[in-house]
Amino acid sequence: MSVSLLFAIIMALALVGYLLGRANASALKSSGNTLHSIPPYHGYYVALWCGLPAFVLVLIWQAAQSSVIDQLLIASLPAHLTEGVSAARISLVLGEIKNVAAGRLFGTPEPAVLAAAERYASMQSTASLALVVCTLAVAVAGIAFARARLAPDFRARNNVDNILRWLLIICSVLAVLTTLGIILSLVIESLAFFSRVPVLEFLFGMNWSPQTPIRADQVASTGAFGAVPVFWGTIFISAIAMFVALPVGLFSAIYLVEYADKRIRSIVKPLLEILAGIPTIVYGFFAVLTVAPFIREFGLSLGLDVASNSALAAGGVMGIMIIPFISSFSDDAISAVPQSMRDGAYALGATKAETIRQVLLPAALPGIVGGVLLAVSRAIGETMIVVMAAGLTATLTANPLEGVTTVTVQIVTLLIGDTEFDSPKTLAAFGLGLVLFISTLALNIVALQVVKRYRERYE
Amino acid sequence: MTTLDTTEPSGMIMTKTADNTGTLAKAATAARAGEHETKISAAGVSVFYGEKQALFDVTIDIPARQVMAFIGPSGCGKSTFLRCINRMNDTIDICSVKGRIEIDGADIYDPKIDPVLLRARVGMVFQKPNPFPKSIYDNIAYGPRIHGVAKAGSAMDEIVETSLQRAGLWNEVKDRLHEPGTGLSGGQQQRLCIARAIAVNPDVILMDEPCSALDPIATAKVEELIDELRTRYTIVIVTHSMQQAARVSQKAAFFHLGNLIEVDETDRMFTNPTDQRTQDYITGRFG
Ligand SMILES: Nc1ncnc2c1ncn2[C@@H]1O[C@H](COP(=O)(O)OP(=O)(O)OP(=O)(O)O)[C@@H](O)[C@H]1O
Ligand SMILES: [Mg+2]
Repeated sequence: MSVSLLFAIIMALALVGYLLGRANASALKSSGNTLHSIPPYHGYYVALWCGLPAFVLVLIWQAAQSSVIDQLLIASLPAHLTEGVSAARISLVLGEIKNVAAGRLFGTPEPAVLAAAERYASMQSTASLALVVCTLAVAVAGIAFARARLAPDFRARNNVDNILRWLLIICSVLAVLTTLGIILSLVIESLAFFSRVPVLEFLFGMNWSPQTPIRADQVASTGAFGAVPVFWGTIFISAIAMFVALPVGLFSAIYLVEYADKRIRSIVKPLLEILAGIPTIVYGFFAVLTVAPFIREFGLSLGLDVASNSALAAGGVMGIMIIPFISSFSDDAISAVPQSMRDGAYALGATKAETIRQVLLPAALPGIVGGVLLAVSRAIGETMIVVMAAGLTATLTANPLEGVTTVTVQIVTLLIGDTEFDSPKTLAAFGLGLVLFISTLALNIVALQVVKRYRERYE
Repeated sequence: MTTLDTTEPSGMIMTKTADNTGTLAKAATAARAGEHETKISAAGVSVFYGEKQALFDVTIDIPARQVMAFIGPSGCGKSTFLRCINRMNDTIDICSVKGRIEIDGADIYDPKIDPVLLRARVGMVFQKPNPFPKSIYDNIAYGPRIHGVAKAGSAMDEIVETSLQRAGLWNEVKDRLHEPGTGLSGGQQQRLCIARAIAVNPDVILMDEPCSALDPIATAKVEELIDELRTRYTIVIVTHSMQQAARVSQKAAFFHLGNLIEVDETDRMFTNPTDQRTQDYITGRFG
């Protein structure tokens, strides 16, 4: 039975539980009792007790089933297949067994494998059957347990409240745990990387060429993991992006808040926000197919040598992507400056531009800075545009017409293709990822602090 | 902008009253205090917020170097009229002003007049203290700087010091000129705003309920200051406090529902108002 069908059955049972609970309570009521909670709450109580434990059981079961079966299978294999064999080899054997069980035969498997495949198939079906039986049992037991507790003075309302509260707590804990898990895996893999390549060499080395020989006899460079050129690429492209986005975003925000009348504002603002909704891959197309050739042609006509993947194209397009961030943050910050500041400046005989430059912008500065920092962290982490439009070679250059590569691009290329998962080349991706994560995290924290302090300013 | 609005019949009736009283009051002033020539003279001023008319045909003369108080129930158009005098209403898109306002005989709504320069001559202090989020020094220096009155340096230091002194704030802040103006107490902030207005050396200072956000002690300080300032500046103050009007002003104007009802010496208006509505308002029967 498929899991979704099982969920449907649980839902149906919960509905039954609800109706039963409500009916019980109504019966209690019509026999002259004063109920603490109205009947629907009794219904919800029974439904929650029916549905939640069963639901959780299915989830846990699903998570555990395959590894438990694998363990049982391995334990049942004849000694010559398991003893003194590497973990990788065992997993190959397991894969073969599963293939055979699914009917995908390659050549003639040995008899032990065939037998194991049969065992595997029967374990699978037993497990699914057991899952269904256990789940239904839990659901029905939940109904029975909850119904037994129903009574006129039973606080169904408060109990439902409590259950919901726990549900919410569990969800938020899950979210936090997932994040922690991601960070932890990042850190662990990075540690593995740093045990092969010294941290200092990674952080301060000037030479990045992560290609390592896959086979011992292969002719290839030994691999160099100095990440400075890669970091530089990210910083450089982000700087170009900010160079585009900051003036355009800020000035359009000023125009929208201080000059535009309501009608124009109601047209332009949504248009700017559409920019934020364009998928980054579309920006990537735009960069590769439109902007890069344009810059190249233009450069050639000036007699300049422009790489086909120039930092300028990638950074410029990324800047366009970031404009809405800057403009909406600046817009908020400028609108939040109280009208009395404008009045004060105008009453002193300041012109509009003087008021904006000398009073509004300084007052809104912290909010704008917060927005800019968030935009920078967005630019640093941006992947799609640079994968498509920035280069692959790590060059340390300040010439925007040359190609540079970024941290995100390197992570993608390091993980793509046939590579051993524990080679320094692959692990380097995690090292880069960790640095990226730490820097955007720091930026975000600083940005949020700045924005918060600024919000308190006009309380 | 200079056409008189005469569409509203009730407005016309009111205008007659206002005109008469205005002329009477002017004659009385001229008789008793000959040195107070007219500084601001408004004739037939009507103000519209979009379709809605907020002021009906106001005609009034405001004497130089005296304190004129605008009183009247909430929403009667005191602030609106005050904001006509320095053309702050220009910053409100939907607001349009009809009629004629002259300062020293020159029409301030003349297209040749730059409102930015006008506002340097006609300072304004608001209901809520609104110092800029800058240092005390920069708050004062802001006006002189944008008008090119003084560059940084000793000339500017002098302007800052005299302005703060005239506003009676110098002794309290002279050791902390470079701390933020927003860090002062409410009363100090309001005096800072007055000093800021004084720093551009205006002829006229408009004050819109300058004490309504202050405690009694700070209020007393600001009132004392207003009384000193009137030797140099023409002051128009909007207030909801009869006591305050009586303490600081020499002349008073009573507004009601967008009409100017009565203008007179403050003492006389408070002891012997000519209009029943003024009487009712002063004695607290409405508003
Ligand atoms: N910016 C504006 N847009 C539209 N209507 C306005 C605007 N400002 C004022 N009004 C209207 O004009 C009328 C007069 O307002 P004004 O602020 O001049 O009254 P006021 O006498 O100063 O009142 P208060 O004593 O409460 O400050 C009111 O009816 C008000 O609703
Ligand atoms: Mg007002």
